[in-house]
Amino acid sequence: MKAKVLFAVALIAIALVAVACAPAATPVPAFTPPADAIGTVKIGPSDPIHIAYMMVTSGADGSLGIDSRRGVEIAIDDKGGKLLDRSLKLDGQDSGCGAEPGQAAAAKLAADATILAVVGSSCSSEIRAGGPALSKAGFSVVSPSNTAPDLTDPAKRFAGYFRTAHNDKVQGAVAAQFALKQLKLKTAATIHDGSPYAQGLAGVFVDEFKKGGGTITAQEAVGPDDKDFKPVLTKIAAGKPEIIFYPIFIAAGSLITTQAKTIPGLEEVELMAADGTFSPDMYKAAGKSAIGMYQSSPDFSAFAGGYPDVLAKHQKKYNEKPLSAFHAHAYAAAMIIFAAIEKSRGEGSRWFVVHRSPSIARRDPKDEWVQGRNRHDHLRCERRLRRSQDRGVQSDRRQCEQTPDTRQAVLETVIACHCEE
Amino acid sequence: MLAKKLKHLELTDVFIYLLGLAIVAVVIIGSIATLIQAKYALRAWFDLVLFGVTLGSIYALIALGYTLVYGILRMINFAHSEVFMSGPYIAYFVADAMSKAGLVEQNPLLTVIIIFIVAMLSSTLIAILVERVAYRPLRHAPRLVPLITAIGASFFLQYTFFRLFGPNLKVYPAINLFDASIAFGDFKITYLQIFVITAAGLLMLALHQFVQRTKIGKAMRAVSEDRETAALMGINVDNTIVMTFALGGALAGAAGVLYILVFNQVTAFIGFVPGIKAFTADVLGGIGNIPGAMLGGLFLGVIESLGPTLFLDGLGIAAPYQLKDAIAFTMLVLVLIFRPAGILGERLTEKKA
Repeated sequence: MKAKVLFAVALIAIALVAVACAPAATPVPAFTPPADAIGTVKIGPSDPIHIAYMMVTSGADGSLGIDSRRGVEIAIDDKGGKLLDRSLKLDGQDSGCGAEPGQAAAAKLAADATILAVVGSSCSSEIRAGGPALSKAGFSVVSPSNTAPDLTDPAKRFAGYFRTAHNDKVQGAVAAQFALKQLKLKTAATIHDGSPYAQGLAGVFVDEFKKGGGTITAQEAVGPDDKDFKPVLTKIAAGKPEIIFYPIFIAAGSLITTQAKTIPGLEEVELMAADGTFSPDMYKAAGKSAIGMYQSSPDFSAFAGGYPDVLAKHQKKYNEKPLSAFHAHAYAAAMIIFAAIEKSRGEGSRWFVVHRSPSIARRDPKDEWVQGRNRHDHLRCERRLRRSQDRGVQSDRRQCEQTPDTRQAVLETVIACHCEE
Repeated sequence: MLAKKLKHLELTDVFIYLLGLAIVAVVIIGSIATLIQAKYALRAWFDLVLFGVTLGSIYALIALGYTLVYGILRMINFAHSEVFMSGPYIAYFVADAMSKAGLVEQNPLLTVIIIFIVAMLSSTLIAILVERVAYRPLRHAPRLVPLITAIGASFFLQYTFFRLFGPNLKVYPAINLFDASIAFGDFKITYLQIFVITAAGLLMLALHQFVQRTKIGKAMRAVSEDRETAALMGINVDNTIVMTFALGGALAGAAGVLYILVFNQVTAFIGFVPGIKAFTADVLGGIGNIPGAMLGGLFLGVIESLGPTLFLDGLGIAAPYQLKDAIAFTMLVLVLIFRPAGILGERLTEKKA
């Protein structure tokens, strides 16, 4: 087990952090071997490289995970379906966008020792429940769409967890600022559905909105499977908010959108949702009532590099527009994992070893705001890491090219669009 | 009399009664506190009750299906929630086609009528199929056995629809028939609410008349009283049971259409929660009792809509609507503490129970 050597898949994180934090060409601290070697995966000459997804691929929120899975599939296509002369194998579990299915999915994945890394999960609730099992199994987990703030909080984060998604600290703040400054609104109400994602995001919005001088008239919560929101909206109407912020998922979000304007007192209210509902499915479900509402979501135009390319491939492969906002994040997550695996090859052997230790995650990013950016197209890492020779570490050096002002890009990540028909 | 009662009082009874009284106290104190704060206009209260009645009448329609079957077979037809789902689900494809053909825009009334017919027929058919496949072969098996097949049939239907038609939300085309509303001073009722409540009311009335006045209804009541004797009197028990399932199915299909008129979207899983609620409504009203099912449905709908604001808002509990199901089921417990057989429930005779 004392690793012949290897390269942690998890190193991607360092790469990410390095990209995020380090100014150009700043040397990154030396890589030390993980003390708690969780294990290695031996991959024979004919074995596939096995990556798993853990995403919600069914149910009302299925478009969220299917969209991300497509991002991973495109990344695999871009690799020609092969990595290190072995075929890339992708399978996974439907994690249902909830704590219980998330835990079940994680348990199934953790039982499969051939998996090298996991792209997922879709919803923050899934990873909160299932993450520890994945971490214990030694997987590195890169999420394209978990945005709950505390997931990468150094105190709470579990080893091996990374994300390419933005943090809701950013999204909630931008949403609140947008409501205050662009829309010039003073009173707001929020609705969340009890999920960590929605609760966290609504909380950030509330804090920022108050800080900016606004008043919160109500902070309500509903159930994710509820259908009738007219009572809770009637309650909200009594506080006369100018805007309702409901960062929840499509099933409930579309119903709130259709029902809100029918409530006496809310005819003129502005509606604002977040990236969880940023999907054509939302507009299909909410119909005409979605016209004029606001949503925050990642702004891919900030990433001029590879995105149009990915989009073109998506159109060609699936013959439709992306289903949600996170395919690019997922593409990036997969590419980052591939890069890490490629670097981990044991040279000269017929088989190679990939270390799955997440110990690297102990090197927590100093600034979680800029952690895990969708910058794969700018991410050019020369990572010569520890070599797989019997005698151990030979070299450990990496350099990452920094792109201009990552932090600025992050702050621009969230935009709001005013849908005019 | 009182002394005699006291003598038989057990400790658990005392505890349960105290629990009941505590719930009542919380409800009363919460309501008074909310009303004193006067945060909500009269119109808001009216709206809350109206939403509750609308949803409650849909619950009541579904509940009738449970109660009819229970009345005759003494079993809970857990597949009924899927019978409810399948009607509007199948009708969706018709509605979608009509939308593409432009019929929805041209003649919304005809669209709604066609949706009703398709949904009610589909639900009826599925209800009959479930009876034929899952229950009839087990007619003389112990009572727990059909209960298990009921759950099996429920899952079978759910996942059949799920796998056949995919996980996505099926969104009905917008039908602009009931958009307008009438205002009485400050109060406003939409046509949709009026339509849902009247349609549900008429259907329930029709069912009641059917059971009380027609020959088949009489046969149903007879089978419900005593199956063997009814058979001896020349009633075809199997046919009567099929008729019961068909009636329940048709009502569920109609309830399904009302449901999608309100909420506009179907998935394979929309039946579950309304099914549970309707079953609760049955227990509340007294299972096996048709007026009881109606009353239970309305009660549950109104409690769900009104309860969180009325009971909890004044107590300063944050985000009370997360607790709406908890409130609804607490009310169920409360009713059962003081009336174990439900609001209108009869005490079951030895034989029936």
